[in-house]
Amino acid sequence: MSAADAAAQDSCDDSPPSGPPHSPAPILAIEGEMTIYRAADLKKALIGALAADAPIRVDLSRVTELDTAGVQLLVLARHIADDRKKELVFLAPSEAVRAVLQLLNLDRQLGTR
Amino acid sequence: MNLDSVLLTFIAESREVLHEMENRLLAVESSPGDSETLNAIFRAAHTVKGSAGLFDLDHIVTFTHVVETVLDGLRKGELTVSKDLVALLLESCDHVRSLIDAVAEGRREEDADSRAAAAGLLERLRRYAAAPEAATRVRSSVDRPPGGAGPAGVVDGSHWHISVRFGRDLLRNGMDPLSLIGYLGRLGTIKRIETLFDAGGLVEEMDPESCYLGVEIAFESGADKSTIERAFEFVRDECRISILPPHSRVIEYVRLIEDLPEEPSRLGQILTRCGSVTAHELETALRMQSSASAAPIGTILVQQGAVAPAVVEAALARQARLRDAKAQEGRSIRIDADKLDRLINLVGELIISAARADLVGRRTRNVELQECTSSLSGLVQEVRDTALQLRMVKIAATFNRFQRVVHDVARELGKDIALEIAGEETELDKTVVEKISDPLMHLVRNAIDHGIESAERRVAAGKSARGTVSLNAYHDSGSIIIEVSDDGGGINRDRIVAKAVERGLIEPGRTLSDRDVFALVFEPGLSTVEQVTNLSGRGVGMDVVKRNIEALRGAVEIASEEGVGTAVTVRLPLTLAIINGFLVGLGDSVFVIPLETIDECLEFTAEPGHDYTNVRGQALPFVRLREVFGLPPTTARRESIVVVNSLGRRAGIVVDTLLGEFQTVIKPLGTIFSHLRFVSGSTILGNGNVALILDAAGLIQHVGHATATPSTGHDVAAASRATTRLPEPVRPST
Repeated sequence: MSAADAAAQDSCDDSPPSGPPHSPAPILAIEGEMTIYRAADLKKALIGALAADAPIRVDLSRVTELDTAGVQLLVLARHIADDRKKELVFLAPSEAVRAVLQLLNLDRQLGTR
Repeated sequence: MNLDSVLLTFIAESREVLHEMENRLLAVESSPGDSETLNAIFRAAHTVKGSAGLFDLDHIVTFTHVVETVLDGLRKGELTVSKDLVALLLESCDHVRSLIDAVAEGRREEDADSRAAAAGLLERLRRYAAAPEAATRVRSSVDRPPGGAGPAGVVDGSHWHISVRFGRDLLRNGMDPLSLIGYLGRLGTIKRIETLFDAGGLVEEMDPESCYLGVEIAFESGADKSTIERAFEFVRDECRISILPPHSRVIEYVRLIEDLPEEPSRLGQILTRCGSVTAHELETALRMQSSASAAPIGTILVQQGAVAPAVVEAALARQARLRDAKAQEGRSIRIDADKLDRLINLVGELIISAARADLVGRRTRNVELQECTSSLSGLVQEVRDTALQLRMVKIAATFNRFQRVVHDVARELGKDIALEIAGEETELDKTVVEKISDPLMHLVRNAIDHGIESAERRVAAGKSARGTVSLNAYHDSGSIIIEVSDDGGGINRDRIVAKAVERGLIEPGRTLSDRDVFALVFEPGLSTVEQVTNLSGRGVGMDVVKRNIEALRGAVEIASEEGVGTAVTVRLPLTLAIINGFLVGLGDSVFVIPLETIDECLEFTAEPGHDYTNVRGQALPFVRLREVFGLPPTTARRESIVVVNSLGRRAGIVVDTLLGEFQTVIKPLGTIFSHLRFVSGSTILGNGNVALILDAAGLIQHVGHATATPSTGHDVAAASRATTRLPEPVRPST
């Protein structure tokens, strides 16, 4: 686990807040609420996207609401990506996302700042 | 959820908690060093304060807060238990109880009287409360406690540390940790938060609807611990929550680390990042821990001298007890006593109806119907027993109340008295418990006031300086026996006789048995104490006690030996509603004798010219019921004797016919018949007729006195006629 922490910090040190400028990667855009009601579907989508070889970007700009279940999904994605040494970038988090991640002090760890 | 019902639960639970607190306070005086008891007292105050806060009962919160501070001081050993302090805390306990009572009556605001009372108590409490506060300040700011170097020391962090691992099902139950943390933000400032995610090895298989989060929070707030705890009120059962106050000992953090599922080194980093402990402090503590080769934290704490072994054991025992209590809680429910009363009334009516059906069945000689009614009455009997059982309560609560009485009265009189309680598991009907409380109170006060001598006199008499009052209860043939005894000076027999002669209660020069002499104590206007105190000894009392007990169809007796002590024995029926009766006939009238008082039935024989008969070589005095009630002499060819027994005395009752057993629902007699002797109630028979229930104990006593007084006879006949015409079903006396 501590390795994952360290990796998370590394990756965020490497990448500027607005996402990496190089190599276009597939973008997974999440729209609407990221809450427990959609958690199962969203998890499938995220895991599916992470299964591909290419680096992945997740667009969070149109997320309207984020609850604990949603936060967990973001953390989960980060963990999986770190485990597989895969590049994962969260793009342009909306105000709703930003507020929650700041409250939980997860923005650094997730690389959304 | 209905708020009123929640409030009622709060009131009921607070009363229980206060009761517990009172008992513990009384216990702590005899064992001042018992930290478990001190903790329990503290928790009780804490619980009341916490739940009062939920209902915005601020005056209760404010008051209990000060009480809690004092108790905390006691718990930490900064204050010592003293008689005065215990008395003050007991008074405070009473005050809180009166506040709760006021809430129960719908007065949620404090009135002027209670405010004045509170102010007085608070001033006295603050004298104690000031001490621990000062001590805490000294300890936290100036110096570490002795022997507190290294891991047992205090951390420098000036903020709270809150550690939460949220329950897996939290989200599914509609709770969101985000809102909890948001709420916390309103109580103070979240200086630093570290969020942990732990889905174990199942990262990809994790259930997206379960909660895997945990937080470590450095929290700056002026709020007290219970306020912070209340933020987690609704998730407390599901989550693992630790709240460490500012300047906690490092050992607390070590324990926290030990308790949490994550790897210690990682947690250590997180705690350090929160700024709650420094890396150095933790390192030292953790090094000590690993050198103790994976010994459980309890052992380490003991080795470091942080806690005594007894404390660890106590904590373990407490955990076990808490589990038991929880299991117990799940198996019992609270029921409105009125509902039970209604059930028992209905069972009473059911018994009467069943008796009627039985009678009709026998009269019509329908065998099938008779079989039905016979199995029906069997079931009715079981229903009756079960229903009555529902209302049975242990006498423990009543007995324990006397701890307080003994404590207070002994203190007032300057005597040293211990109360010993036995048989507190004995059960009896709730309605009886309620009514016996006052007479018992009087007996106990009497024992303390007049029974136990002053310490000097006790020592002079070669007894221990500390007197003992004992309460004992047990079941005996359908009754409950309650004994109130003391090891005091006993009753001076001669003085009673002299007093009784002076009052004209007995003739001078007559020899009486001890039993009869002591029975005189219950006569009105007979008090042998020269010195009247404000407790008792005014000559009203014992006769009232006797009257109250007899009103419950009970009996009371006193035995005493001078210099050794006095014992008062109270016999009470287990229930006031339904009894097993035995029907006897007297011409056309039917009477009921409580079955449990009956020893046997005999064919009538008499020693010629005497009112006693020979039963297996022993003389048995008897009384002719016809004479007692002034009925004309019998025309029956054969009479029978019913042998009854009460408090070890036997006597015969001569009746015309024996009619067999009958489940008797007791209906009270109207007040105009209240002066009737030897009749304790009435019942309705299967055929709709009324039968009077005989007071066996009264009859036995009557046998002791030589002559019957036929003057009551006409009244009884009148009562019998009058009750036969009672139009509406009378409610059983419950």
